[in-house]
Amino acid sequence: MATYSTSEFKAGLKVMLDGDPASIVENEFVKPGKGQAFNRVRIRNLKTGRTIERTFKSGESIEAADVVDVEMQYLYNDGQFWHFMNPQSYEQLAADKNAVGDNAKWMKEQDVCLLTLWNGVPLIVEPPNTVTLKIVETDPGLKGDTSGGGGKPATLETGAVVRVPLFVQNGETIKVNTRTGEYLSRA
Amino acid sequence: MKNKSSGIWRPAATLEVLKLRARLLEQIRTFFSARGVLEVETPVLSTAATTDPALASFVTRYTGPRFPHGQTLYLHTSPEFPMKRLLAAGSGSIYQICKVFRDGESGRRHNPEFTLLEWYRLGFDQHRLMTETAELVMPLLASMLKLDAPERLTYREAFQRHVEIDPHTSTVADYMMAAKRHNIDIPKDLLARNDTAAWRDLLLTHVVESKLGQGRLTFLYDYPASQASLARLQPGNPPLAARFELYLNGIELANGFHELSDAKEQRLRFDQQLHVRAADGMPAVTVDERLLLALEHGLPNCSGVALGFDRLVMIASGARAIEEVMAFSIDRA
Repeated sequence: MATYSTSEFKAGLKVMLDGDPASIVENEFVKPGKGQAFNRVRIRNLKTGRTIERTFKSGESIEAADVVDVEMQYLYNDGQFWHFMNPQSYEQLAADKNAVGDNAKWMKEQDVCLLTLWNGVPLIVEPPNTVTLKIVETDPGLKGDTSGGGGKPATLETGAVVRVPLFVQNGETIKVNTRTGEYLSRA
Repeated sequence: MKNKSSGIWRPAATLEVLKLRARLLEQIRTFFSARGVLEVETPVLSTAATTDPALASFVTRYTGPRFPHGQTLYLHTSPEFPMKRLLAAGSGSIYQICKVFRDGESGRRHNPEFTLLEWYRLGFDQHRLMTETAELVMPLLASMLKLDAPERLTYREAFQRHVEIDPHTSTVADYMMAAKRHNIDIPKDLLARNDTAAWRDLLLTHVVESKLGQGRLTFLYDYPASQASLARLQPGNPPLAARFELYLNGIELANGFHELSDAKEQRLRFDQQLHVRAADGMPAVTVDERLLLALEHGLPNCSGVALGFDRLVMIASGARAIEEVMAFSIDRA
């Protein structure tokens, strides 16, 4: 069983915490000049996404998590799983609903996503920062918009709904920031 | 990647901060010169090391004339022992500004080598030295920081005020409850121990420290006897250590003692600390017999304090991390 000592702690390190894989977000070394040293760590549970604070006595060890990030191409959804392929090795993996979560609405075939694997199983699936998607439904309305938002909702081919400017029409493709869910430009 | 590594030769500190460092060093030397305190230099390399279980010394080796078969040498973690030997030899009040070295310490406020200002004043008790420490530090920061009059808090008052417990009577169960009240996650290594000093350090570092030195210097004093370090004990119930620490902006800046001068008591503390080191699996170190001889000869009544110069520069310059005030911190050394 691989372990990490507190000296190895740094942001991004993947460790086991209460039986779940977790990622260190921030590590702070605190020590009174003539006293006990501690590592105060902010750590994100990769299963729940929750970030908590933990303290370790410096010198303690913690179990390493077999977690790696790989880029894989999204192939298709079979109604239950999202299937991905490693473009180098052609190896295929299936991610479940827990791993994909809300990101499902950005998933378009052929796009390269970032998969976080735990013991070889997808734990988190992240779409590209920017995706190019086709509008399948939006009001044609051009003038007289009084919503105050300066835009209108548009449903995209993947099911996501984003606010777009009034001049953007049905059938057009647009670029969207998946982290903020905001329209960027026409593609 | 190429861009990232090609900048690594550069200092992390700005030239402006390096000039501030130089200016503060000059002011410190002027301060002590005006008060007739002698600047001294003592060896960085020593055949003996601190026994303090909270400090890890770097170890190196000399081989050559005088020691053809090699001699283990420790890099000092503070110049305390040789400075006390000077005091015992009749130096009068002295100060030193030097690099010290502590293994295993690196973080936002720690670098394995850093600059310490350490000084000793004959005839001073801890309170008089606190006064002088404030007289030194306040003018150094005056142009950058507006500070109220310093405050003095006993260690007990600080714990009662900020974590609602008495540090001199509390048990592990009390500390655990206080930690829970303040939503501190308890390290599992601590649970297994009856080490009340470590529990106090947990509460100090996680809750108390950040409340100290807000807009003014805070002196914490009268430490529990188990954390006396090299301070003398004052009679009383319980006996308390004549030790103080200075905080500003929640940062520990200095640590002072009314110095223990009893050679027997000093040897006893060395032995106790060696036992703790052995129990914790820390390397054994060579006890400083020359210090003990000096104490037997007689250390004049004095108080001494060590101040982390880099942290002072951090506060003066508003730096968030210690590397911002060092020309080359460990990751660029």
